[in-house]
Amino acid sequence: MKRKILIGIILLAPLLVLGLFAFSERWFYPQPFPVNWTTETFSRLLRDVRTLKAILDSLLLAFIVSLLSLIIGYPAARVIGTQEFPGKRWVWLAIFLPTVIPPLAIGMGLSILALQTGLAGTRFGIVLAHIVPTLPYTVFTLAGVFARYDENYEYQALALGASPARIFFTVTLRLLAPGLAVAGLFAFLISWSQYLLTLLVGGGRVLTLPVLLFSAVSGGNPTTISALSLLFLAPPVLVIAATARFLGENPNEIHERI
Amino acid sequence: MNPSTRSTYLRLAPTLGVLTILLGASLLYGLAQSFGYLTIIGESELNLTAYQNLVSGEGTAGREFWVSLAFSLWISLTSTLLSAIGALFLATLLNHRPSRLDTFALNWNLVFPHLVWGVGVLLVFAQSGLLARWAGVLGIIETPAQFPVLVRDRFGIGIIFTYIGKEFPFLTLLILALLRTQSDGYLRIAENLGATRWQRFRLVTLPLVRPALISGSLLVFAYIFGAYEVPALLGVRYPRTLPVLALESFTNPDLHARAEGMAISLIIALIVLLIAGFARAKERTSE
Repeated sequence: MKRKILIGIILLAPLLVLGLFAFSERWFYPQPFPVNWTTETFSRLLRDVRTLKAILDSLLLAFIVSLLSLIIGYPAARVIGTQEFPGKRWVWLAIFLPTVIPPLAIGMGLSILALQTGLAGTRFGIVLAHIVPTLPYTVFTLAGVFARYDENYEYQALALGASPARIFFTVTLRLLAPGLAVAGLFAFLISWSQYLLTLLVGGGRVLTLPVLLFSAVSGGNPTTISALSLLFLAPPVLVIAATARFLGENPNEIHERI
Repeated sequence: MNPSTRSTYLRLAPTLGVLTILLGASLLYGLAQSFGYLTIIGESELNLTAYQNLVSGEGTAGREFWVSLAFSLWISLTSTLLSAIGALFLATLLNHRPSRLDTFALNWNLVFPHLVWGVGVLLVFAQSGLLARWAGVLGIIETPAQFPVLVRDRFGIGIIFTYIGKEFPFLTLLILALLRTQSDGYLRIAENLGATRWQRFRLVTLPLVRPALISGSLLVFAYIFGAYEVPALLGVRYPRTLPVLALESFTNPDLHARAEGMAISLIIALIVLLIAGFARAKERTSE
């Protein structure tokens, strides 16, 4: 019991620290805790057009990126998860490569590419840039799902005369739903917390929440920084709570991507 | 090529195509710029000036190259080592048998992106931060300036704190996952034979987890070595880590610094790839 309370405190501590600063008002040194509390910082942020736009942009980008990653990655994941074929090792390596190369190197090259093709500062350019880190994770997560997938259900439906589209929607999608959800949510999370690629390709013209947060930290008002951080944390908290069961006991390299 | 093989490669095509085009174009443009190919100023002669500047420590960014390399190595090495030691300690403490709550707790820091974790370190350890305030109340210090500079300091302590907080749960999970696959027979035998806790750790646990811990640590090291956000947020102007130096030179109004910035970024990528490749190879041989 004592141990559970201890773990609970450790888990909540970061959120508590952020909350302490975010809801404080004129908290001067050396008061150990805020004397006056206020929700003004939050309501100011939520009335601020720039912040609202940033939240909306971040959500939209992350949503499109995860959807595209699923669509593009699905066929490849299926092949890798269910088949043996010549050159599989090389294919695996090619998909693995972008997960190792630092986003810095990828982003700097992509920013020149974006300038040359007129995609700099556009949301489409940013989507393309985000896909580089999200697609490999989607493929690997889904390939793991497919490795445990029984294709015989599909053959059975086929034998019973179902059309390919019907098989896909009523058999495949339903069986794969949890795995697709986890892969999609991971992609969402990676895109949501992406700062560098957004900055390099967006050139400061598309302000997502991490971009706002980063410049707020350089500016240095602890109250605003904390409130922005809490807003930034809301989706990850929900995603991890929803996928905790799937994260399970295996160390997932997504730790290094967020 | 028979039809089924063809359909296999057709299905791989979208993923491989997208990744190859984006990565390939990015690499080509990067290489071109690092060789001095700057269309903005009409420079199209390829040269090795940027790389020569780095090696000889000249030029806008090159001057700082070796200092930054040393600083990056210091931060990555210290963070990785301390995280690995912490992970070993915690995994042993959990006695190889983590509860569901333990694993959830270790996965929990996924909720906090590196950026936010850095913000947390800033709020807690800065001279006007939470700890400084509490130290002031307890009468340990009188003014904020007496609190040691732990964030935005010359030694990168705040950066290292941030990385330890993020990476040591990951390495702990890695060790626990490995131990879970082993039966605890060795441990029980050692215990029956009268081995002390320390002996059990040194002679049973450590040899079991060493290969995985080393390859995991190499991956963590590679990640930290190439990461930009945390050192940019919690670092000082001098010394800067290599990624910070690379990006700031890349966006420098002085166009010649850009080639050097790009060259640094490619060198980082090469080092990271070598380390990660070595880690993977090690993982394979240990399997």
